[in-house]
This record gives sequence, structure tokens and C-alpha cells, in this order.
Amino acid sequence: MSEGFISRAFRGRRQQGDVAGRLPPGQYLERGFPVLSAGPTPHTPLERWDFSIVGNVKEPKRWTWQELLAFPHETPTVDISCVTKWTKFDNHWEGVSVETLLQQVEYDPNVARYVIAFSDGGYTTNLPLADVLGGKAWVAFSYEGQPLAPEHGGPARLLVPHLYFWKSAKWVRGLRLVDHDEPGFWESLGYHNYGDPWKEERYQGD
Amino acid sequence: MERRTLPGRLTWQRGEVVATEQETARAQSITLALPTWMGHRAGQHVDVRLTAEDGYQAERSYSIASPPEEQPRVTLTVERLDDGEVSPYLTEELRVGDKLELRGPIGGYFVWEASMGGPLLLVAGGSGIVPLMAMLRHRAAVGSTVATRLLYSSRSYADIIYRDELERLDEADQMLEVVHTLTRVQPPGWTDYHRRIDTDMLREVAWPSDQHPLMYICGPTPFVETAAASLVTLGHEPARIKTERFGPTGEA
Repeated sequence: MSEGFISRAFRGRRQQGDVAGRLPPGQYLERGFPVLSAGPTPHTPLERWDFSIVGNVKEPKRWTWQELLAFPHETPTVDISCVTKWTKFDNHWEGVSVETLLQQVEYDPNVARYVIAFSDGGYTTNLPLADVLGGKAWVAFSYEGQPLAPEHGGPARLLVPHLYFWKSAKWVRGLRLVDHDEPGFWESLGYHNYGDPWKEERYQGD
Repeated sequence: MERRTLPGRLTWQRGEVVATEQETARAQSITLALPTWMGHRAGQHVDVRLTAEDGYQAERSYSIASPPEEQPRVTLTVERLDDGEVSPYLTEELRVGDKLELRGPIGGYFVWEASMGGPLLLVAGGSGIVPLMAMLRHRAAVGSTVATRLLYSSRSYADIIYRDELERLDEADQMLEVVHTLTRVQPPGWTDYHRRIDTDMLREVAWPSDQHPLMYICGPTPFVETAAASLVTLGHEPARIKTERFGPTGEA
């Protein structure tokens, strides 16, 4: 209903063309790294930490911290967009690609069509399996050359930069492969089920 | 973690500014008449969208300060960020009679309703008071007697948002206790706390963990991290601690 609507005397701060073209609709450029979490930051000691793939797999797998680090590392440089409107360019991460981990388990991609990421503290988020394959998702443990800070999801978080950042579950401890879609934490609380920033899929019905 | 599904679609709606109030040097309350408002719960927020003449738009999120009982009037309290794009407009340019576009309510987790009971612990840092004020106003509007404590950290006496109203609520209600801490400057004779929030302060103010309070913390990230970690240290269940954080966003 914005047709013809003008906020009286609002001029705004336009970004230059190259920046504007890189910002998804409704987003602004952020240079800091805001923190958003629904509860206290969990602190699981690394010796008790593990990462699992469970659900619709022939045999579930579990890796310790050291075993996870032993997989080949990748260093994606990506833009990230939070549903609260900020976008941050050129973030340097280090992690293991989710595809690498999924190659360690046997599953039927016609059955296991969705994944539920689960985290310390009880957080969950749901994604189509296709969105974590093909070099589009990582379990990231390093940010800008440093171990990932606890308030940003350390020791490890999911990194799925092509979707709003709530899909990049902090404090991630595993993935559950499922045959039907199942809304996660924010997806059950009015946020969009898929969350494509370029389609501005912020809330249910967007 | 609890769930509650919000059905339907959040469409943009237009409200008219019917009142503004300067709360502090940097915080302004804006009351809107929203004829198509579908109601909200205390603690939720809205997205505000500004549109320039050439069609350029900017969106930001702001907490609702008013209780559901005041609808179709909705009050936002906005803190001006000096380098902000939207908050200077809302706090300095917008005036009574202007129209504002918004959609909401948004966020179904950081909410409190009287039916959820208590005891209730609210911990606010700076303008983090805003969604907690909606809870206190809701509590007062429905005549709730849920035992409630607010610990509110501000830089100085002049920076306390809703200062007079909090004092009135505190005096009128034996089941409500408002405790301030002023971190930078204190007026002469100040008897509340005068340091940054810490575990000892929360041990003194918060309910003992065996009373299983519902806890809501809102403020800048370092404040929320400290308060939430302290409450966990004091034995409170992490699942009963709900947090909402906002800038300044300098740290990486």
C-alpha cells in the first residue's frame, strides 16, 4: 500500500550504485556485527562438543571437535543478511562444507528432502536439503581469522549465507534429515519458512 | 522453548501520528492511530518503512512501548542514533498529523502476558526498557498482581526513559519493585545502584532460582550477555531467560 505514499521530508541515505545493487531489498549496510539471540549464550566445552547427522540416514554419524576439524576446510567470503534489516559485506569464514559431512552418511535424497539444524539451547531451523548442498552451506568455526566468538555462535554455527541469517543456526550441534518439512524456532513464530533475502521473505505470507 | 504460530500475512499499514513525547534528550515516543491494527502482545515490535519522494525506502524495526489494551493506538519509543538513517527522522522530523507506514506485530517469543504468571524479572539496559515497559503497562492495565521486579540500567538520571511513570507504577503497586542503576553519573543522595550490572547485583535483585521466575532481558549486546550469563550462574534455567538485543553494533 505504499503506492503514492511519501514520508514527508524524508530524504534518506542512498547507497552508491555498486553498494545498492549488492543490498537485498529493505536492507541497509552494516559495518559492525550485531548479535541477536533469543536466550542466554550456551558454553559447551569443546571436549564435550560433537556434531551429529541423524534422522533419515542409514546410519547416524557423530564427530568430535577434533574429528570435525580434520575434514578439509573451506574459506568462503560471503555477504550476510539478517531479517532485522542489516547486511554485512565480505565476511571471511572458515569451516567444513555441509556437503562434505553429508557425504559421510548414506541417505536417499528422494526421502530425506529437508534438514533440521539443531543447536545447544534448543534452537532449531529448517531448510530444504538442496539448500545445504552444492557448496551453499558450511559448519563454520572461524570468523575473520579468529575462533568464532560464543555470542556469534561459537564454537561452531551453520553458515547458509544465501538465506536470512536466522537460518545460519548458532551453536549448531547437528542436522536431522527428515522426509517432511517441519518449521523451526523462528519459523513457528511468524517468520518465513524459507527466508530468501532477495525476495524479502521475512515473515509468513511474504 | 515455547511455540505460538502467528497466522496470516503482515501487510503494510498507514497510521497517523496523534502524539509525540520527548522522553529523554535522545528518546522520543510516537503514538499512532492505526485503524487496521490487529492487536499485539507486550514485547513485540514493528517494522517501520520510510519512503522518499523518488521512491527510495528505508526500513527499521522498533519495539512497541504501549500495551495491547490501548489499541488501535500504538506507541513506539525511538532512540536517536546520531549516525542513523531512520531514527533521526522519527525523533526530530516526524510530527503530529504526519503519516507513518509500518507492519507488525513481529516476534512471538519475547512476549509476556499476564496469563503467563511469574514471578517476573525484567532487566533493561538503556532503551532496552521499551518492550519491557509494554509488559509493565499491560500488567497495570489488566490489574495483574504478578510479583514483578525491574532492574533498569541507565547512564544517568536524565537518561532514564519513562522515569516518572515508573516511579508512579512502583509507588502504586506493592507487587512491583523498580530498581535503578546509574552507571556514569548519579544525582546527590542517590541510593540505588551506581555501577554496571553484575552477578552480585542480580543476586540481590533477581528472584531466587527456586522460585522459577520468568526473565526478560533487553539492552545492548554486552549488557544482555552479562545479565543472561549472571542469571545462569545464579542457577536460573536458561530456557526461562528470554533476550532481545540491539546495537550499538561496533563489535565484530
